[in-house]
Amino acid sequence: WLLRCRRLPLACTRPYYADKVARLGSELDRQSSEYQENYVRMQVLVDQLKSRAEKIKLGGGEKNRKLHTSRGKLLPRERIDRLLDPGTPFLEFSQFAAYELYGKEEVPAGGIITGIGRVSGVECVIVANDATVKGGTYYPVTVKKHLRAQEIAQQNYLPCIYLVDSGGANLPRQADVFPDRDHFGRIFYNQARLSSEGIAQIAVVMGSCTAGGAYVPAMADESIIVRKQGTIFLGGPPLVKAATGEEVSAEDLGGADLHCKKSGVTDHYALDDNHALHLARKAVRSLNYRKNIEVTTEPTEAPLYPADELYGIVGDNLKRNFDVKEVIARIVDGSKFDEFKAFYGDTLVTGFSRIFGYPVGIIGNNGVLFSESAKKGTHFIELCCQRNIPLIFLQNITGFMVGREYEAGGIAKDGAKMVTAVACANVPKITVIIGGSYGAGNYGMCGRAYSPRFLYMWPNSRISVMGGEQAATVLATITKDQRAREGKEFTAEQEAAMKEPIVRRFEEEGSPYYSSARLWDDGVIDPADTRMVLGLSLSAALNAPTKKTHFGVFRM
Amino acid sequence: RGVRLVSGGVARIEKVLIANRGEIACRVMRTAKKMGVRSVAVYSDADRHSMHVAMADEAFHIGPPPSQQSYLCMEKVLEVAKKSGSHAVHPGYGFLSENTEFAEACKQEGIIFIGPPSSAIRDMGIKSTSKHIMSAAGVPIIGGYHGEDQSNERLQAEAAQIGYPVMIKAVRGGGGKGMRIARSDSEFLEQLESARREARKSFNDDVMLVEKFVDNPRHVEVQVFGDMHGNAVYLFERDCSVQRRHQKIIEEAPGPGISPEVRRKLGEAAVRAAKAVNYVGAGTVEFIMDAQHNFYFMEMNTRLQVEHPVSEMITGTDLVEWQLRVAAGERLPLLQDDIILSGHSFEARIYAEDPNNDFLPGAGPLLHLSTPLADQHTRIETGVREGDEVSAHYDPMIAKLVVWGEDRSAALKKLRYCLRQYNIVGLNTNIDFLLSLSGHPEFEAGNVSTSFIPQHYADLFPTPTAPSAAMMCQAALGLVLQERKHTQEFTQTSSDTFSPFGSSSGWRNNIKFNRNLTLQLGDKKVDVVITYNEDGSYSMQIGEEVYHVTGEVEVEDGASFLHCSVNGMKSRPKLVILDNTVHLFSTEGSSLVSVPVPKYLAGVSASGAQGGAVAPMTGTIEKVLVKVGDKVSVGDPLMVMIAMKMEHMIRAPKSGVIKKVFFSEGSQANRHAPLVELEEEAEDNGEGGSQ
Repeated sequence: WLLRCRRLPLACTRPYYADKVARLGSELDRQSSEYQENYVRMQVLVDQLKSRAEKIKLGGGEKNRKLHTSRGKLLPRERIDRLLDPGTPFLEFSQFAAYELYGKEEVPAGGIITGIGRVSGVECVIVANDATVKGGTYYPVTVKKHLRAQEIAQQNYLPCIYLVDSGGANLPRQADVFPDRDHFGRIFYNQARLSSEGIAQIAVVMGSCTAGGAYVPAMADESIIVRKQGTIFLGGPPLVKAATGEEVSAEDLGGADLHCKKSGVTDHYALDDNHALHLARKAVRSLNYRKNIEVTTEPTEAPLYPADELYGIVGDNLKRNFDVKEVIARIVDGSKFDEFKAFYGDTLVTGFSRIFGYPVGIIGNNGVLFSESAKKGTHFIELCCQRNIPLIFLQNITGFMVGREYEAGGIAKDGAKMVTAVACANVPKITVIIGGSYGAGNYGMCGRAYSPRFLYMWPNSRISVMGGEQAATVLATITKDQRAREGKEFTAEQEAAMKEPIVRRFEEEGSPYYSSARLWDDGVIDPADTRMVLGLSLSAALNAPTKKTHFGVFRM
Repeated sequence: RGVRLVSGGVARIEKVLIANRGEIACRVMRTAKKMGVRSVAVYSDADRHSMHVAMADEAFHIGPPPSQQSYLCMEKVLEVAKKSGSHAVHPGYGFLSENTEFAEACKQEGIIFIGPPSSAIRDMGIKSTSKHIMSAAGVPIIGGYHGEDQSNERLQAEAAQIGYPVMIKAVRGGGGKGMRIARSDSEFLEQLESARREARKSFNDDVMLVEKFVDNPRHVEVQVFGDMHGNAVYLFERDCSVQRRHQKIIEEAPGPGISPEVRRKLGEAAVRAAKAVNYVGAGTVEFIMDAQHNFYFMEMNTRLQVEHPVSEMITGTDLVEWQLRVAAGERLPLLQDDIILSGHSFEARIYAEDPNNDFLPGAGPLLHLSTPLADQHTRIETGVREGDEVSAHYDPMIAKLVVWGEDRSAALKKLRYCLRQYNIVGLNTNIDFLLSLSGHPEFEAGNVSTSFIPQHYADLFPTPTAPSAAMMCQAALGLVLQERKHTQEFTQTSSDTFSPFGSSSGWRNNIKFNRNLTLQLGDKKVDVVITYNEDGSYSMQIGEEVYHVTGEVEVEDGASFLHCSVNGMKSRPKLVILDNTVHLFSTEGSSLVSVPVPKYLAGVSASGAQGGAVAPMTGTIEKVLVKVGDKVSVGDPLMVMIAMKMEHMIRAPKSGVIKKVFFSEGSQANRHAPLVELEEEAEDNGEGGSQ
């Protein structure tokens, strides 16, 4: 009966007369100074986010773009747009990869564009080199971003399409690119493993694939090459000349004609980029892939309140409290939320809802975590795993409560229960950091280390082991004590001088851009886009077959 | 079987064979159905799936597509009439309708021929005979002298008697040679000499005839009806002056500007003409009319005319019903005094033809066809439906649009309103031309004549203006919305019906999605950069201008309308998208924009299909001038094709080597079918783009 129910999602939506009772959120006083100030400040952050993103969208600059298009090639984002089902969304990851990471060297988007989009009706992970950025060579972060895309593909069971146009490893940084486990070689290891799991690997050679890069099409299930544009060889013409003295053109050494007619390295011959993308779409059609979602769905319903009110609710001041329920009300279908244990451990809000018709269990912070909140969270995670309901974490957490009373109350073991539950939960987990993410709170709320399927940050958010102010105070206190033991004085000026750089450093390193540049998350998003991002992420996550959850030992 | 006579010499027609096809066959069947008369259709191979076959109670196959072997083949038609037990044969117009032999043959078989007695057909079929009869009956005929006395004096005297202006014409003349107009007695001799000189030079013969010359004549005809009881009536006149290729395209009743006095004279002359030949059934007496409304007998058509509906509309009659009743021996349903003229009616003939190419007739599929809604005052007389083919074997008329109004201007307004709603995709039609014709101030004023089109050529064929940017935006929006529909349709059939990946919002994180859409306008390419805005609207950039565009497609009565707004200007054109081509039908007329087929999709036959080595219309390949391996350069002849009785030379669109020849001599090629595969010399043009 349950199975039948899944096939017929509409048949499952039983009207519930008291639906209204479950509605969440309230009309806000949009004229209040707090709302206005929050709104304006968040708007500034969002504008900054968008203008930075629009700049990154341009890739390696006007000159390189011109050079690229003058060769009859499409720009990488246009390649993606034409690969996708026309006009459908593209969930791009880590636009800010390498952002201010390599000093003066700008590597927009890390020189590689990754994301999920629908191709011939199938949600696919797309990895596209941007040859306008340093010739598409792999910086350490480029490798990391490529590997993360493959990890997303593996976790969510999504076919991969590689639009290859890369000069291979960035030679001056080879030591940070080549030798380690999670370096260049892992890309091909992943291709083999993904293919073995039945996750299709399709490569489209639209530029060079030199040396190691040659293995991307060679390791793919099916590969396409563009004539007079794509080349594949282990050693390029300069290397060949150095090694054997043989003089040969790139096209003769590894062009489409050679690989489609003689070597058989590639399977399909494309006349140009558009043709290649058309062939890739056909290849996806031929995958005979059908998404089978194993959850109930209901017709989508927009939230009752406009999404941009999130700006006025949250603002940019992390010290200012806001009610996470007002946030939830602006994300979920019809602002409907069936809260679980509303009156118990109320610093953690838990409840069931739907986003784009998909069922979700939402866990959001409304203050510091106490023992009760952690136990409630654990219980709720168990429920979701039992029922195969994806989990959404809305992080705004300073940490678990400290102090003698709480330590004595066993907050460590209660916190550990929640961390265990989060770690072991096999339902799709998606985390959005909507405020602070500090200390063990980050663990309990499914930080990066807990392998959420996707993790996003709002532009106002901060992530660090603790707040800069606290860290500086802790360090100052320790120093003061040490000085006191040595009988030395520690003046207020000295203390301030010591704290200032620490606060500044924490502030800088806690920034979402600092995080995103290093791929500690999957992207910085506009709060108003949260619902869309979550909907797309859930849709992608539901491609993977359900895995049963087995929890570890809960310390009682 | 055959005719069963009942009391009083009235035969009963319970089953009628319609020896015709297309709209007229359907027209006759409609009345037959109304009267409870069973209908029998005949059809050729080409009409196997035609509307008239579907409409009939019974249908019989009578041979291959060429009419000589099917619709014109008397034996076959008669055999079907006998086999089916039809009591009568309705010949429609054209085909066997004015064939005396056929009328005779029917009579011999005891089958009623719905038309006049064969003697009347014969008498009216021969022009000199008919003129004598008419002249004798007191019907005004065009004066002329055809005598042997070629002296200047005699000719001039005859001219004076006929009345100036006169035409002096070489008996053996043709093509305007040896022809002069004399407008007065003083210039007669001079013109006569000039005509003779030219005739001698051209035909080595200078025998002349003199005829009344009618300047800018009007073509006015009167609908008459007679019965077997000696009654004959007229149903007023029709004006059919506006013609192209000597064929009518727009007709009206009554004739504009004709006084009741002249109307009565016309009618009475026509009735005299009919009575003179003991006419029975529907007939039309054609007159030529000059500017002073003097009229002269031209000829009589002894059948139901194409344009009969306009007469029906102004008299509230059903002439096919009259035909059936009169043929059965009944009296005319109405006598002259009972026939009241009411209002005004227009008929526009919608043809598959290319007005811009000398009205070259066309053929092809009706990929999309939507018509105005028929009602009491709007008739759509057609024999085709969407998906049907206008066959190259028969008349390329697609439909007749007939409207009625309280007066001429009301009817004309209605006609133009309905023409705009008559939308056809798949082949060229004259609809836009009919619109500019019916909208011409001189036409509106009723100043029509047979030379209307040449006279107003420049106005009727304005130089095509480039489609507005707003229209390009509409086309782009149409395409984007179609994509959205396809995505929705896919999503509905998937197991995941609510996924936001199925939304066509063009959503991107933090950045705006803009895409380049290249549209093809004739041989011009236009780039449109479309930006998807968060609120669901689009910003479209064409050149330096940016337009703000919103809209939805709404379906009404099976047709799609694009409700859209471009920079705040709202419009609601009809939208048809077929094969990457967007057709927009708006109050300003129709326009067509396509998305160029990518080179790779054009595939092997691309070189041919794209360059134009394709059949311009459906036709037969007469000659193949190239073979595989031949090298050709641009413009070299490839094939000769016969279509619509005309020869078309198919030339190479570009240089290259013939790789394949797809048709052999004598085979039939459909419109737009690639004829050869041409491998072009290396050529490269990538489709660059920017973001």
